[in-house]
Amino acid sequence: MTSTLNPRFTFETFVVGAANRLAVTAGRTVAENPGSAYNPLFIYSGSGLGKTHVLMAIGHAAKAIAAQLNIEYLTLDEYVEAFHAAIAAGQGDAFRRRFQNVDVLLVDDVQFLTNRKEMQAELLRLTEALQQAGHQIVLASDRPPAEIADLDERLISRFSGGLVVDMGIPDYETRVAILRRKADERGSAFQPGVLETVAKVEYPNVRELMGALNRLIAFQAVNDTPINDEAARKVLGIPTAASPAGATPAAAAPTAASPDEFSQFLTDVTVTVGKAVEAWRARVAEAVLRWEGEGYRTGRLEKLLDQETPAAVDEAIAAYVQDVERLRALETEVATLDPQAAGEKVFRDPDRMQEAEAAAAKVRDGAAPPPAPSAAFPLESYVPGPSNDVGLNAARDVIGKPGKKYNPLVLVGRSGLGKTHLLNAIGLELAKKKNAVVACLSTQAFVDELIAAIDGNRVDWWRARYKRATALLLDDIQLLAGKERTQEELFNLFNQFLDADKQLVFTAPAHPNTLEGLEERIVSRLEGGLVAEIGEPDKELRRSVLDKLLVTHRIPAEPALLDYLADRPIESVRNLTGLVQRVVDAAAAQDAPVSAGLARDVLEGAPPAGTRRTTGLRTSGIVVSSAGGVRSREKMVWDWPQASDRVIEDLR
Amino acid sequence: MSLVNFTTREITCKIVYYGPGRSGKTTNLHYIYGRVPETRRGRMVSLATQTDRTLFFDFLPIDLGQISGFATRFQLYTVPGQVYYNATRRLVLQGADGVVFVGDSQARQLDENIESLQNLQSNLLEHGVDVRTMPLVMQYNKQDLPRELILTQAELDDALNFRSVPSFAADALHGKGVFETLKGISELVLKKLAAGSPAA
Repeated sequence: MTSTLNPRFTFETFVVGAANRLAVTAGRTVAENPGSAYNPLFIYSGSGLGKTHVLMAIGHAAKAIAAQLNIEYLTLDEYVEAFHAAIAAGQGDAFRRRFQNVDVLLVDDVQFLTNRKEMQAELLRLTEALQQAGHQIVLASDRPPAEIADLDERLISRFSGGLVVDMGIPDYETRVAILRRKADERGSAFQPGVLETVAKVEYPNVRELMGALNRLIAFQAVNDTPINDEAARKVLGIPTAASPAGATPAAAAPTAASPDEFSQFLTDVTVTVGKAVEAWRARVAEAVLRWEGEGYRTGRLEKLLDQETPAAVDEAIAAYVQDVERLRALETEVATLDPQAAGEKVFRDPDRMQEAEAAAAKVRDGAAPPPAPSAAFPLESYVPGPSNDVGLNAARDVIGKPGKKYNPLVLVGRSGLGKTHLLNAIGLELAKKKNAVVACLSTQAFVDELIAAIDGNRVDWWRARYKRATALLLDDIQLLAGKERTQEELFNLFNQFLDADKQLVFTAPAHPNTLEGLEERIVSRLEGGLVAEIGEPDKELRRSVLDKLLVTHRIPAEPALLDYLADRPIESVRNLTGLVQRVVDAAAAQDAPVSAGLARDVLEGAPPAGTRRTTGLRTSGIVVSSAGGVRSREKMVWDWPQASDRVIEDLR
Repeated sequence: MSLVNFTTREITCKIVYYGPGRSGKTTNLHYIYGRVPETRRGRMVSLATQTDRTLFFDFLPIDLGQISGFATRFQLYTVPGQVYYNATRRLVLQGADGVVFVGDSQARQLDENIESLQNLQSNLLEHGVDVRTMPLVMQYNKQDLPRELILTQAELDDALNFRSVPSFAADALHGKGVFETLKGISELVLKKLAAGSPAA
């Protein structure tokens, strides 16, 4: 039933090298102390590397130490056969008892447990029983437990619970040692260098190494003269010393010296393949398959194949490829303008080039770029001052390094402080860069566009239009409040822009986290860049703005007028503009020159009929427009108007 | 069947060694394996029992390198010869580009040879393949056995080779006729690929 141990397979006849030292050491340990050291011991290696040898050597060694031990070696197939026979004879229990009494059980070729559920269960039971009884079990396989297909988890863990060792391909030194020992065993002697030459060939296992040795021994026996290095190479088909062993060149020119069957075969096949594959057909067929695989119509090429000997095959293929490249370019271009149109079949048929060009032109015409920044707000006309220098500096950084430094940039401030001006100014500057497409618009327009796109079933087109932009600037982001779909779309755009390092700029009346109706994910993204506040215009700024305003109205800038106007309590540059306009209108109505006195009359006396008073003019300066909100007490104090202004207000 | 892949410039030929049990199919593969340089052959997968009878199949990939600009690969398979493994045989036969029928030259094995040949025909039909269109060569193995035990190549041709496909006398154990057979089937397979339009 079970195999007997091969007397030649002992530890003494096993050549130990680096690749198998661990397995041999573990084997010896197990043989000396069965059941106590590594239980189970699992040895795995490729075919012909000595698993069976070590397994049997363990049996021999254990027997030598304790002759009374009951040792069984068997392959898994034998185990299966024995089990089936026992079951058939109705002696399943006797079978189990028999194996449970084995002191050292050596099972070879365990990899055949694949797809044998009942055997796996049986082996699991046996392993447990043996382990409990302190009996040794050693298993050998051509792969580690985890790689045996369909192996029960419990068996894997049980096998891995002891020691799992592998045996590799022996190294050069070990191979020399193996060859010397085996040659010695056979009573053959070789000239110096012969066995070393054989050892240089990296045979995948020892069995093949033995095969090589056997051939040399046979060759030497037939020819009376001792074999030398060169003859050994010839016999074994090893390339000569010039080319390193094991690295035969791909061309593999058949060596004339030895009738190498494989080389001969290779030569024959080469001739056959050469005949079989007419070169031009191969090229055409290759092109057909390639472009067909990429989704292009290949009718033009297929026609070539129908011909016997077409002229100028390569030119035809090249022309086809050129057309395909053009189609590709068109499709890519169209895809950025209108993704829906890009899927049209016309872009996949090189025989309809003109139609494809026409279709692309049509899409090109229909695709308007996203709204651009207004030219009315150049950066040069933005008046700097201490109250807006944070915002302005941030804007300059953004212009210098779009998408890199502050992304997004959120300009926060009350209405009329110049946020829109700065936003457009940034847009204009960014648009000056090469290949820049700057989308700059009010949030309201953005929402309206999306609604129109949804209405016209062109949301893809709308999205693509913004995706093309290299920067997106939205004015009055608070208007997104409650517009869920727009927030959704903006969120997606936001992420794409951030990922691509494209600049985003927004304006808001107050800090984003105080804005109501904005989704948390939008708010957190807005907060993620730089939030730059633009404060109320300071006196210096007001003077600068007044200077400019007076110049535009062609009014001589008298210091008294400037001082008076600059000291007026105003909240924003827009108010200041309104102020000057009123004075200028009044002067025009009275046909009088603009002066400080006139201004005082107009602004503090009874207002001329027909002139609407701006709200906020009467306020103390700390009352805030409805759009914004003063959130901190400190800010209120900070923005307190000049003392003189307050007195005037108090007097009223 | 990916016989010729012009896109990746690969030719892959799946050649199945078919025949009755113990006729020498695995021996053929072992011999080829031993002659192919290590750099050109893949791992030979052999699922054999202790008695060297094929349980499932043997598989030997050979890389012939670049031929006319094509990476050429051969995959050699054997089938289990025993009658009761027909499901496996049919599976291995799937997608075959060529078949080597390895017959046993022993006179007393003639019936097994005929039975196996019929089995090949019916299994191919199951895959929708007409045996007349499948590249096929015959190998009469074990020609090294004593003359009185075996039939000659001519006798076996008469008995088995009614399609007059190329046939080879062989002694697979010692390699005689093994590469001749492989060459024979390779030529048929490659010729067929030339005839069949690759784009079709």
